[in-house]
Amino acid sequence: MDTKNAAVKLESVNNMLRAAITGEIDHHCAKNIRQEIDAALLSASPDKLIIDMSDVTFMDSSGLGLILGRYTKAEEVGTAFAVQGAHGRVRQMFDMAGLDRIITFEGDVKK
Amino acid sequence: MKKSANTLKLQFDSLSQNESLARSLAAAFVMQLNPTVAELADIKCAVSEAVTNCTVHAYRDAVGPVYMAMHAYENRKIKIEIRDAGCGIPDVETAMQPLYTTDAENERSGMGFTVMDSFMDGLTVRSRPGKGTKVTMIKKLSALPR
Ligand SMILES: Nc1ncnc2c1ncn2[C@@H]1O[C@H](COP(=O)(O)OP(=O)(O)O)[C@@H](O)[C@H]1O
Ligand SMILES: [Mg+2]
Repeated sequence: MDTKNAAVKLESVNNMLRAAITGEIDHHCAKNIRQEIDAALLSASPDKLIIDMSDVTFMDSSGLGLILGRYTKAEEVGTAFAVQGAHGRVRQMFDMAGLDRIITFEGDVKK
Repeated sequence: MKKSANTLKLQFDSLSQNESLARSLAAAFVMQLNPTVAELADIKCAVSEAVTNCTVHAYRDAVGPVYMAMHAYENRKIKIEIRDAGCGIPDVETAMQPLYTTDAENERSGMGFTVMDSFMDGLTVRSRPGKGTKVTMIKKLSALPR
């Protein structure tokens, strides 16, 4: 079937940690992604954490918890935080939860 | 209600890997009616929410059965029922409030019922503590272009 569990690719450039999430974010795979991002955040202590969501193909409310949780973690360690490439429905979900008032959304990343 | 034109009933374990399976099966069932891309996305997300609640809340650390019934009607209406025999919800009205969650420590957002309500055309939740919960969702698919 056409489902693809979410995965995350981490990349550290110029003290900026970029976490690019691909695939379908649900409760089943949110935990692994959380652990991978948090481990990288704690070991690299970057100036900024960017979550790239351009290639997220599905997200339910588990994704809201995942992103809000990473925002909170980043705040705790004094790392700036932004979400990039949250398109269409993904963005709609954030707005529905009022997270657009808390989290910085940056435009689509160039690919 | 009128007899459905097509029905699919499933029972599966409340394991998290079945969340994607459940929404894919719902999508496959609804595909027969040529939904729009947006309608399909709405249904997948709502089903994912309801099934996740069975995994996360109804049975907590245990595993129990999730029952899913999907009905398609002649008038392009879809009814999806997702039921568990888990712990139940003591106060449904409160549970359905946006951002209300009993599981914040596991990064639940409390937006599940709000998502189901916004993406579907009807949502009813019936629950009895100690007996279980049944979520019924209706989606009215738009008319096919002629
Ligand atoms: N099937 C269920 N069985 C028991 N409790 C449930 C069920 N579904 C929802 N709940 C309760 O309702 C609350 C709100 O659910 P929801 O809006 O999906 O948010 P979340 O899942 O993020 O907590 C849950 O925290 C839980 O207490
Ligand atoms: Mg939920």
